[in-house]
Amino acid sequence: MTKKFSQEHEWIEFEDGVATVGITDYAQQSLGDIVYVELPEVGKKLTKDGDAAVVESVKAASDVYAPLDGEIVEINEELDANPALVNEAPESEGWFFKMSLADESQLDELMDEAAYKDFVEGL
Amino acid sequence: MTFTTHTGNRGLVIEEQLIFEQGQPGRTGVDLPEPTGTKSRLGGLDRESDVGLPGLSEPQVVRHFTRLSQKNYGIDAGFFPLGSCTMKHNPRLNEKVARLPGLADLHPMQPESTVQGALELIDQCAHWLLVLTGMPAVAMSPAAGAQGELCGMMAIRAALDARGENRRRVLVPESAHGTNPATAAACGFTVDSIPATEDGRVDLAAFEAKLGDDVAGIMLTNPNTCGLFERDVRKIADLVHEAGGYFYCDGANFNAIVGRVRPADLGIDAMHINLHKTFSTPHGGGGPGSGPVVFSDALAPFAPIPYVVKKGDGFHLVETADEDDGMKPFGRLKGFHGQMGMFIRALSYMKSHGADGLRQASGDAVLNANYLLARLKDKLSVAFPGYCMHEALFDDSFLKDTGVSTLDLAKAIIDEGFHPMTMYFPLVVHGALLIEPTETETKESIDQFCDAILALVAKAESGDAEFFKNAPYLTPRRRLDETAAARKPVLRWKPETA
Repeated sequence: MTKKFSQEHEWIEFEDGVATVGITDYAQQSLGDIVYVELPEVGKKLTKDGDAAVVESVKAASDVYAPLDGEIVEINEELDANPALVNEAPESEGWFFKMSLADESQLDELMDEAAYKDFVEGL
Repeated sequence: MTFTTHTGNRGLVIEEQLIFEQGQPGRTGVDLPEPTGTKSRLGGLDRESDVGLPGLSEPQVVRHFTRLSQKNYGIDAGFFPLGSCTMKHNPRLNEKVARLPGLADLHPMQPESTVQGALELIDQCAHWLLVLTGMPAVAMSPAAGAQGELCGMMAIRAALDARGENRRRVLVPESAHGTNPATAAACGFTVDSIPATEDGRVDLAAFEAKLGDDVAGIMLTNPNTCGLFERDVRKIADLVHEAGGYFYCDGANFNAIVGRVRPADLGIDAMHINLHKTFSTPHGGGGPGSGPVVFSDALAPFAPIPYVVKKGDGFHLVETADEDDGMKPFGRLKGFHGQMGMFIRALSYMKSHGADGLRQASGDAVLNANYLLARLKDKLSVAFPGYCMHEALFDDSFLKDTGVSTLDLAKAIIDEGFHPMTMYFPLVVHGALLIEPTETETKESIDQFCDAILALVAKAESGDAEFFKNAPYLTPRRRLDETAAARKPVLRWKPETA
């Protein structure tokens, strides 16, 4: 299993050809209490850096971008009833969607955990 | 001294129940005899259950709404530095003029010959807007700034369609009002975001790199939502024109430059003007507001109907698309002619101030914001260096390590008797505090506000985070649970079941 991070504060866990995507702990802390998550439909084709989901907190509504090219294979339906999961467990139960990848080599363009930590500290 | 009262009231601040909770059967009614000799013709469909409306006597209703109005805080009550909203005074002269019977009693369906004065007033108001912006055409009908944006972008779409070009990408800076990307999307465009530079302006190199033959145009706010003048605006206009696109300017902040900068000289193709921000009409207009849109020659033919033209000795309202050769209006945005009440108030403001007065108002707005900036900049952290325009923007780095957030500070400001500033907007600045005093305020009121802020910041620095976490203390309700309000909203009152 590989865990990667994007500059848009998403985490990506890649295992058995499927990437699970969510927002990082830093992202949920910056957003504050999350009150709504709008997820894409299963089967939707995503392009890297294109819109994938919308997350709404008490402070702001923000787009969540696709960190990679690919297609949605599963969404976290729990978030509809309980968006607070994103605050409570952003990098586990609060995942957003799973996607198949068009080009696995794109993973190499993303940051690993140490690089993301440095990136966040530099903000 | 703290104690609770028997009634729950706090002095003369009444703990007001919902009107439904106060209602009792038999309290309403007029003194008319019961009708006799009538027969129901509803064929058995007469309502049998209670309608569910509250029953209150006239004095109860009067008290209820008076008390509610006393809980409201508005510009007539005190300092209201809500950045980007321009909470300025609404002169009472405007109200007096708008209540003249010859204006107040008009009906929009009266024959044109009986409303010549009203049409002339619309034409005069339009004329002032054209002179102040230097633009050749104006659509008066849009009902708000956001509808003005829609109007401007629909004209751009119509112009592109007339050229037979399928340009669909609109460039929008990161610091734009949220309505800008929404408008572009509503008109069928895709939004491409332009990053900001370190000093809070459009990144010219990034902008240039995004230009191409699929670009419909740019939507730029100037001065922008960081309260800064886009110094490359001329260059941006030239570049977007060279690329075959149009320049939509969000005129929300025209109040900072009116009488000093003419949008036409900046190369703008379309710009809406919020009459409430620049020309002192009430926010929301007591009904729809008003957001006229000025157009360049390139877009003027596509402006929506209706519009007023001078015809012989009188004025005429062009209401159909085929009436005027050479014009290709994209349609109609709104019933009738726009918000007459707002045109009257705006024109009253323009004429009572004169060109020199408008110029002084924009100057005073910028001066007040810079005075406030100068008073606060050593203790708060300024988001971008240098002078600001009509509003001062701070980030939350001055609160770092205090345990106090922008939100906590804003809540404590309420206890000091001020409406808080805009918080967490623009999004490009972390924990933003956007403060717009407007030209309305005296030096004394700005000083009082700054003194209060500085005292609160000193308190935060002294380590009393707990005080801030619990603020406000003196309001009818304490800190509201915004999260619960969003996650589990209670939108409807229901009677308690016995």
